[in-house]
Amino acid sequence: MWSIIEQIFPYAIIFTIPLLITALGGLFSERSGIVNIALEGLMVIGAFSGALSIHYLSGVLDNHTLVLWLGLLAAVLAGILFSILHAFASINLNANQIISGTAINMIATALTVFLARNITGSGNIRISSGFSPSNVPFLSDIPVIGDLFFTKTYPTTWFVLAILFVSSFILYKTRFGLRLRSCGEFPQAAEAAGINVRKVRYSGVLISGAFAGLGGALIIVTQSGEFTGTVAGLGFLALASLIFGQWKPLGVLAATLFFGFASTIANVSQVIPELAVIPPILLKIFPYVVTLIALVIFSKSSQAPKAVGETFDSGKR
Amino acid sequence: MRNTIVSLISIILGLVAGGILMLFIGSNPIEGYSYLLQGALKNLERIGNTLATATPLIFTGLSVAFAFRTGLFNIGASGQMLVGGLAATAVALTFDLSRPILLLVMILAGLVAGALWAFVPGLLKAKFNVHEVVSTIMMNWIAYWTIYYVVPGYFKGEFLETESKKLAESDTLRTPFLTEMFDGSYINLGLFLAVIAVIIIAFIIDKTTLGFELKAVGFNRFAAEYAGMKVNRNIILSMLISGALAGVGGVALYTGNASSIQIGILPAQGYDGIAVALLGANHPVGVFFAAVLFGILYSGTGFMNAMTEIPPELANTIIAIIIYFAATSVMIERLLNKFKARKSNKEDKSGPVVEKGDS
Repeated sequence: MWSIIEQIFPYAIIFTIPLLITALGGLFSERSGIVNIALEGLMVIGAFSGALSIHYLSGVLDNHTLVLWLGLLAAVLAGILFSILHAFASINLNANQIISGTAINMIATALTVFLARNITGSGNIRISSGFSPSNVPFLSDIPVIGDLFFTKTYPTTWFVLAILFVSSFILYKTRFGLRLRSCGEFPQAAEAAGINVRKVRYSGVLISGAFAGLGGALIIVTQSGEFTGTVAGLGFLALASLIFGQWKPLGVLAATLFFGFASTIANVSQVIPELAVIPPILLKIFPYVVTLIALVIFSKSSQAPKAVGETFDSGKR
Repeated sequence: MRNTIVSLISIILGLVAGGILMLFIGSNPIEGYSYLLQGALKNLERIGNTLATATPLIFTGLSVAFAFRTGLFNIGASGQMLVGGLAATAVALTFDLSRPILLLVMILAGLVAGALWAFVPGLLKAKFNVHEVVSTIMMNWIAYWTIYYVVPGYFKGEFLETESKKLAESDTLRTPFLTEMFDGSYINLGLFLAVIAVIIIAFIIDKTTLGFELKAVGFNRFAAEYAGMKVNRNIILSMLISGALAGVGGVALYTGNASSIQIGILPAQGYDGIAVALLGANHPVGVFFAAVLFGILYSGTGFMNAMTEIPPELANTIIAIIIYFAATSVMIERLLNKFKARKSNKEDKSGPVVEKGDS
């Protein structure tokens, strides 16, 4: 059993990280009071702009690592730009946030493939190579823990974990975090206290765009190496992680790790004899069924931000 | 009327945005659109294909619109289509019945499968207040993986692992008289089913107590409850009907437009249904026309792509942009109000100038 865990651990982490950063983005948006089911589309945008800029920059710059980081930066910027569409629709125009999110998902998948096809002819954008895994010096020599956590890791993994802890700090220990949370719980009270609810909500949605864009590009530079026009439902899985993690950073970390392991086990089950006896269909639907069950269990004690999804009406006190 | 104007303006804005995209990639928009229209409507065969493309969209549009009337957001039409299509395919490949009975059983199987798939989110919503957006998305992926393993496991195609065995022409919704009438198009009986569904759903919504109660629950479920309506029962019923519609849409897609079911794809028509419903202002007749418009865009792009450099994804892009404008219709309404205010000011110069506020 232990050897199985050791074997699949690195793959599970690779799968978890994009999910984690995207769900964390969703957390900022929903804590500010805006439902963001556009995460899937924002990830696609990030994957596209990441792949595209790495594809082009590779020919210009010699430093490959720098090119990859610049690609991630481009994905963050593109994610922010695109999330403005959602922020504008749901904050300024009182649009139904779910319809706006759905529209953005559709625009993202259609527009990126449209542009990719025009650029490469096939609709796919390939990058020459992504990040290569490396051992963390000294720490990887520690028995057990070293093998699990510090061997063959990606620099991006540490980067995302750093973002997670900074986010957690910002959310619970800073003035901005308090304001953000208050806008998701009781925006009218927040406004009465002198907070500009629209501005705070804008920052929530834009952060979600930045993180989801990063998440999409991370798939390109660590897993697939190629943009194919989809992130295969990972954005929706991030949304499920957010609910499963009860809108808390550490909860989201636990939920995404759970999904990371569940998906990896499902993917490698055929090559591991102990797991091959379980029908693969059960392993594949497992995360989704568990999410449904979790939704039922949490339905009585849901920690969802109280004002999430509601349009802000300052007269409604 | 107001809804129609907003929808029309959204369509125009979407088409303009599509034109700008064509300019952006160095193509001529007028040429692009004229090839698109020719591709969709040039001859009888193409008109038939356009209507066939619209058929599943009518079903999913009705499905989403019907749920929406009860205040429910059914994002799960894709999954319901998949299981509906699988059920019909399974019936066609398993039973040896005479054609009319077989078709009837196939349609019923698809209807029941779609309804059951939507029953789960409906039940979870009614009993545990689980948000249907998340639960229907989960059901979509459960359907995706179910098809992924059930089709190769039990109904594997002769040549391809990734699709089911092809149905015989006589086991599909295609029918010789329609195919001949439209010069070999893949138009099929699904279109008639769709028209019947439009009429039935319009009747349910506008003329029955059930429709009234569903709308009441959609407007304010607490008021409806206070008025003695069984809100939970209505939520489940609404999801059942919505799922049944999407299920039959799956039958039309996989055993009418196509004659096999592919694995590894969530049908895009499920998500397009949201667009169709929104553009059709959640009314069955509006849904019908919105679906036909999308049918034109989708079936015309192939020809446009063959004649120009414009990628076929243009259709999806235009539709997505139309939906964004429809979703942000407040912006259009504000513009309309401003326009109206200016017009009435001009007509009545002597009167006091009334500033119209945002509404």
